[in-house]
Amino acid sequence: MFNYIVRRLLMIPLLLFGVTVLIFLMLQFLGPTQRSALYIRDIPRNERVLEGVIRKYGLDQPFYVQYWRWLVGVKDPTTGEREGGILFGNFGYSRTASEPVIDIIKRRFPATLELALWSVLPVILGGVILGVLSAVNHNKLIDQVARVFSILGWSFPTFVFGLLMLMIFYAQLHWFPPGRISDWANAVIRSPEFHNYTHLITVDAILNGRWDIFWDALKHLILPIVTLSYLNWALLLRVTRSSMLEVLRQEYITTARAKGLSERTVIMRHALPNALMPVVTIGGMMVVGLLNGVVITETVFNYPGMGKAAADAALNLDVVTVLGLTLFSGVLLIVANLVVDVMYAYIDPRVRLE
Amino acid sequence: MEVQEVELQMLQREPSRLESLLGPDFYRMLKGLFTNPLSLMGLSLLAVFLVIAVAAPVLAPPRPNSNPYQIPRDGYSPNPKPPGSDWRTRQPPLPFWWEPITHKDHWVHIMGTASGQWDIYYGVVWGTRTAFKVGLIITLSVATLGIFIGSISAYYGGVIDMVLMRITDIFMTFPFLLAALTLSAILTPVMGKSLIPPSIALIMFGWMGYARLIRSDILSVKEREYVLAAKVLGATDRRILLKHILPNAIYPTMVVASMDMGSYVLSFAALSFLGVGAEVGYADWGQLISFARDWITDLGTYWYIVVYPGMALVLFVLAWNLVGDALRDILDPRLRGRK
Repeated sequence: MFNYIVRRLLMIPLLLFGVTVLIFLMLQFLGPTQRSALYIRDIPRNERVLEGVIRKYGLDQPFYVQYWRWLVGVKDPTTGEREGGILFGNFGYSRTASEPVIDIIKRRFPATLELALWSVLPVILGGVILGVLSAVNHNKLIDQVARVFSILGWSFPTFVFGLLMLMIFYAQLHWFPPGRISDWANAVIRSPEFHNYTHLITVDAILNGRWDIFWDALKHLILPIVTLSYLNWALLLRVTRSSMLEVLRQEYITTARAKGLSERTVIMRHALPNALMPVVTIGGMMVVGLLNGVVITETVFNYPGMGKAAADAALNLDVVTVLGLTLFSGVLLIVANLVVDVMYAYIDPRVRLE
Repeated sequence: MEVQEVELQMLQREPSRLESLLGPDFYRMLKGLFTNPLSLMGLSLLAVFLVIAVAAPVLAPPRPNSNPYQIPRDGYSPNPKPPGSDWRTRQPPLPFWWEPITHKDHWVHIMGTASGQWDIYYGVVWGTRTAFKVGLIITLSVATLGIFIGSISAYYGGVIDMVLMRITDIFMTFPFLLAALTLSAILTPVMGKSLIPPSIALIMFGWMGYARLIRSDILSVKEREYVLAAKVLGATDRRILLKHILPNAIYPTMVVASMDMGSYVLSFAALSFLGVGAEVGYADWGQLISFARDWITDLGTYWYIVVYPGMALVLFVLAWNLVGDALRDILDPRLRGRK
């Protein structure tokens, strides 16, 4: 186990290096002028000043020099302050929002995290339950219905499904509004009496004892959760079903049945734990994917998370911002994947012995 | 015992003429596709889309001397018009079937208009061509790129393999849609607004799965005797790879790639929904649907902006997925020979 974790950890610097190089390569499509947004807030219009900026930050230097400066930043000779440097969290300045990209991430990430956390349970539970039902009733009506249901979900583009949800539950029924929070609740949250411990509105509302705000935030979350769940169920159902079918054919299942156990015990105690092995991998990957795969969901529901920030920046061709967000997501994915892998190795000894 | 008998019977059976023409594997695949009800449904849906795409100039004749992929618009008013409203300005030519069926002498917005008066019906019909075009080009390129990288990696092995596979890992680290969105945003100012930047972006971040798949297949084929024989005979690397290894290893990758066509059309539509696709007014389903973003509170009134292009997109992707799902069952060796 220890060996496995060490081997897995050794991969991390390599991946980080690769990811940063790739991002930096993409930055090369921009001219030196646009790239100066990596270091300064406003790109000067005056050509002489601009030239000074380009020289100061070495934006006309060879690739490796620029890459290094991009990593560690440039010390200002007069003030001694460090400018830029992604290793220190300076991802450059957003042209459209005219603020540092890292501030956008700080503000938007809790929203995305909240949505992802709320979606984990419905996504995984729903998918597994449907998959087990489907496998236990192999080729019966339930199985067929579940399969059609899931293949339909798999074919539905997120934005079409999301817009249909909004059409029914917002435009017609007025039940669940888009956005993250209503205006009155937003005013309360920003007031000094309300303590923002975690910046996850639902959690903070409970900690402050404000159930009305909790309910308001949840109402905004329900449609995105439903959308994310339905579209992710298809894959989980498929994996659970086939793995469960495989396990149900094993001889120890026949033995369990032969010794007179109820079908319920056979399935819940003997089959399901073994069938869930591959589901853990997919489930882990999916949780990781939820954090990043919410670009469209957030855009459709006007939910102010990182995905929406990326989509808005991309629409305005604000490349420094999009790349900063992508870099952050990439690093997040590397760490999250590591956690999933280690957990999986803990559950399944075959992995760590490979 | 029983199984052996069945196998014996299969061996003794005379292959039909079609089977001997197509080869046993391909024949089995086609037979499976045409006997499974779900995949038959998918195939018929695809046939309908193909007919629409081919007959686009008849179904929705473009204005003379204009780009047919540019959706004709009826004025510039920002408010969408419902299906069935009359066409006021600059009508495109009427198709020959219009008068006999509807007994009207002027065009009507069959599916309504989106904001800016783009005709949704024209967009849906010509968008079918865009969907096929984009799907085919992306799938072909992405599979070719993956096969190229994967086969070099597998055949040469050693350091080359290590480096290429680590590069694959790095590309896989990125969240697919976000990375594609980023790259399209970067390429758009360089290349101009068109179908090309998002297509390139999807190709650049989509090849990794195929590279891994073909690599593992080649690694198993590489050790066969006939490859060794070719080596002994002094064949060049290129010849061995192209003539002996690839033809025997490429099949699963090609099938997987063809099944993914639906999801590429879907990802492409997602990118154009986000606004990094073609110029506004280009016949493209994702972009048509994106007009609905301005009308979130009025979706009850303007439902047709979402429903018609959305339905086209869902059915198109569904058709590919139905066929793909059946293909997977047919080709899964664990399920082979069972009814």
